[in-house]
Amino acid sequence: MYSCSDLKKGLKLLIDGEPHVIVQYDFTKPGKGQALYKCKLRNMITGSLFDRTYRSGESFEPASLDERDMQYLYQDENGYVFMDKKNYEQITLSEETLGDDKYFLIDNMDVEILMYGERGIGISLPNFVNLRVTQADPWVKGDTAAGNNKPATVETGYTLQVPSFVDEGTLIQIDTRTGEYATRVKE
Amino acid sequence: MQEPNWQIARKRATLEARARILQQIRAFFIAADFLEIETPQRIPANAPELHIEAIPSADWFLQTSPELCMKRLLAAGYERLFQICRCWRAGERGTRHLPEYSMLEWYRSNTDYQKLMNDCELLLTSLKIDRSLAWQGKDIDLTPPWPRLTVKQAFVQHSQIGLDEALSTDQFETIMTEQIEPGLSSRQPTFLIDYPVEHASLARRKPDDPTVAERFELYIAGLEIANGFSELTDPEEQQKRFTAEEALRRKIGKRPYPCPEPFLKELAALPPSAGIALGIDRLIMLLCDQKIIDDVVSFTPEQL
Repeated sequence: MYSCSDLKKGLKLLIDGEPHVIVQYDFTKPGKGQALYKCKLRNMITGSLFDRTYRSGESFEPASLDERDMQYLYQDENGYVFMDKKNYEQITLSEETLGDDKYFLIDNMDVEILMYGERGIGISLPNFVNLRVTQADPWVKGDTAAGNNKPATVETGYTLQVPSFVDEGTLIQIDTRTGEYATRVKE
Repeated sequence: MQEPNWQIARKRATLEARARILQQIRAFFIAADFLEIETPQRIPANAPELHIEAIPSADWFLQTSPELCMKRLLAAGYERLFQICRCWRAGERGTRHLPEYSMLEWYRSNTDYQKLMNDCELLLTSLKIDRSLAWQGKDIDLTPPWPRLTVKQAFVQHSQIGLDEALSTDQFETIMTEQIEPGLSSRQPTFLIDYPVEHASLARRKPDDPTVAERFELYIAGLEIANGFSELTDPEEQQKRFTAEEALRRKIGKRPYPCPEPFLKELAALPPSAGIALGIDRLIMLLCDQKIIDDVVSFTPEQL
């Protein structure tokens, strides 16, 4: 069982018998009062999103899902297609099912597909992925401060803040758990 | 060559502003004839509170607030005191919470909580002399006086149920965060004042309404910035309230805390006083237009 202190973004819980994932999480505590744990949850089967606030003392059943090793192939009009490398079986996950995870998929990448019976309901990404910057303002000469930042877009369409020295064409590493820039990748 | 850690490097502008603000706060209190004080951060006992978890340190605790030592100083005759220090509260981590954070506390003897609210207005307008503030797209007018709304009035204006019902059905905090806080003005700071006595274990009862205590919280742009009150100076009543908090802690299976005996003993010498705790990190968030607390400290626990 999980307690409130285990709650965090990405944690999977069983609620009313169905797997849910926490897509947004915050801890709050009004004044000297009791702690509240605010979650935005996605039902991993229906895709529906809702807010729920928990209070200390509540406990949660982990959603233990089977995982299948698969490879990401491509995107088509129905969604994102993955293949089991052992038996070549393919499954398609919709854009809603993947949520922001869709931004971190690279062709031929190995991922784990979370299964609910025979149905794929989500993916488990590596902690870091390398993606190429396709759009960013040029580096302003003289801007040497290590802390300055600017927005950049990577090849999957994802936009994030990067250091000012990162130019178009640079391969960068992104932390998929936070969605933030980690470092440049040497090529 | 290892690339500089950008998650830390990018905080430079905010950390520079933070350093300036800390200096301005010190200058403000020194100019107002307050004595800057340091008290031990590791102590044998904190004030027992139902919803605050202290972090043990050997057989003592890290302070959850410097308030007990600050009040012992007041009782010893020091009239105006301030302190900027670290406090620790176990399990508190969110976009506006860190388990280790910076607190500003100040205390005045021979006055009450109304004076501290005036101090807040003066402090903020000394830090923002143009008397305006923009935070996350909200424009806030800092021109004093700021509205002072009782908790009772706030429930009438913003809650679907009354204060008494919220208390008896254990919904006080939920309604506070879900209905009252979002209902408070985003154009002006607001003081929420006069809390139910059971939510103010170290505060004095209001003479004309003993069901409430002279405690206030300052909200700016929906952020809870400071908590202040007229001090309870009656050792017997303080002992009773500590015992009640301890009984509630035991009832829900929380670890018992030792009683701060020297504080209770010296409380009898405390003149009528008022004290306030202000979250420095939240103030920096507000003044630097930062949405999450991680971006106003050099390191979060996760970055260590």
